[in-house]
Amino acid sequence: MVIQTEGLTFNFGNQTVVKSLSLQVPEGSIYGFLGPNGAGKTTTIKLLLNLLQSHEGSIKIFGLDFRAHRKEILSQVGSLIEQPAIYAHLTGKENLLNRAILLQVSPKRVDEMLELVQLTTAAGKKAGKYSLGMKQRLGIALALLSDPKLLILDEPTNGLDPNGIIEIRQLLKKLVAEHNKTVFISSHLLAEIERMATHVGIINNGELLFQGDVKDLEAISQPLVYIETSNIVDAANLLTKNSYTVADINEDAISVIYQSKEKTGEINALLNQHGYTVYSIHKVQKDLEKLFLDITQTAAK
Amino acid sequence: MKGFLLSLRSEFYKSRKTLGFWSAILLPLILITLISLGFYTHSSKLAHLPGLMLWMQFAGAVLNIMGALLLPMFVIFIGYSVNAIEHKADTWKTLFSLPIAKWSVYSAKFAYALLLVFISLLLFALFTIGFGNLLGLLKPELKFAGTHMELTLFQIYFKLFLSALGILSIQFLLSLLWSDFLKPMGIGFVCFIIGVISVGVNWEYAYLIPYAHPMLALKSMIPHTKGFDPNKMAIDIFTQDVFVSLAVFAVVFVAGFFIVQRKSVK
Repeated sequence: MVIQTEGLTFNFGNQTVVKSLSLQVPEGSIYGFLGPNGAGKTTTIKLLLNLLQSHEGSIKIFGLDFRAHRKEILSQVGSLIEQPAIYAHLTGKENLLNRAILLQVSPKRVDEMLELVQLTTAAGKKAGKYSLGMKQRLGIALALLSDPKLLILDEPTNGLDPNGIIEIRQLLKKLVAEHNKTVFISSHLLAEIERMATHVGIINNGELLFQGDVKDLEAISQPLVYIETSNIVDAANLLTKNSYTVADINEDAISVIYQSKEKTGEINALLNQHGYTVYSIHKVQKDLEKLFLDITQTAAK
Repeated sequence: MKGFLLSLRSEFYKSRKTLGFWSAILLPLILITLISLGFYTHSSKLAHLPGLMLWMQFAGAVLNIMGALLLPMFVIFIGYSVNAIEHKADTWKTLFSLPIAKWSVYSAKFAYALLLVFISLLLFALFTIGFGNLLGLLKPELKFAGTHMELTLFQIYFKLFLSALGILSIQFLLSLLWSDFLKPMGIGFVCFIIGVISVGVNWEYAYLIPYAHPMLALKSMIPHTKGFDPNKMAIDIFTQDVFVSLAVFAVVFVAGFFIVQRKSVK
């Protein structure tokens, strides 16, 4: 395990922000740490980096205790917490060079990082004048500068445009696949995590609701096929007769439990053959709130 | 030690384009240039003074403004500026998650503030000597040449430096803990006023107030003996106020580290 916590607890005054958290992040995984805003994600990350002192529980990173091996651990960890920490009066490149001094990394590596996050042309521009997306990319470059084994990223796709999000996703996948890194990434977007994570931990109100393989999550989150068609009621009856499970039906559309791409195609063909016009048909994810409800209900059973 | 040196290098690298850094150079340069201009334009009135008196007038004009008035404010500003750079950029969390001991990060930052004050006061001494000699060249009727008070000047500014350490340590800690400008600045200013008043009324315990130390340092500089001979001027560096300043510095510096270590990084 790259990150292992046991009974991790943290209070802000009387309020318990993180409750007895036991994380298990295996090596070579992209661990998606999922939860709504205010669930305790950033607090947990700050605890992992020892920026906040935990009140109870233990943290082990690379199997080492933080207190005794602080320097050893931190030299292998790159992090991006909340908004990227950037000196606005320095250029993008100077921000990286400053960090390179502290980490004893060669200036050549700075150029490579600028290239990697596609900031080479903006390298000489003051970082304060960067757009939010550029700042985020610079933050990721700063986190990657020391070539760490473990990357801890707090909502790294915040403020990025769709292209930027795809680039970051591809970059992280590549780092894990080709460079044997482990990535711990937090997000409040289920779809975002499902697209790239291999493992998932779901936190709400400071408690870990679910932890495991992303496939196990899919079993709970169970996506739906959303179908807009003519004559909704008859179409729903036809689908039920053909042993599709209709999860929801309203004035505009039918929602059927998703099985596979092929099955979705078959639904489309079936409706067409029986004379129903399909206006739209697509896969939808459950939203986080619905997912939490399902998880808690599953746990109750 | 390596972490300390790396942090110190980084402090210089990131602040070299800020007012905090440049104020240490510009303050002595501007102040001494202005006073030199005054001497240059009024050279005829000063031509009758013997060399030593002229030097004392020239250096005294700078010292009266800098030592008594500007030094505490400058120190308050430096304490603020080395910390504000991290508050503004929200970089405390990155500084304290570097593979460098917290102690090194903290002490390097402190040492950098100390260094800026030291450099500034060193430049005051050097510029005073340089501009005095330049005036002597440009206006030969001013008898700067031939008289030397380099050693005395270095001693005076060294004493001022030591007397400023108490204020620096307190202001550094306040600025580190509070991200806004007004709190440390306001507290510093009020304490400075108290210091000025306590020295003004000759309060016997004024030497216990760090903010009064630069003024006291100037007052206690020359031993008050009868029949003072300017040619045999000796600077008394280690006076009571300087010892208090050093003690405050040591205590607050160490206490500051324990506060930083326990403090949560927001």
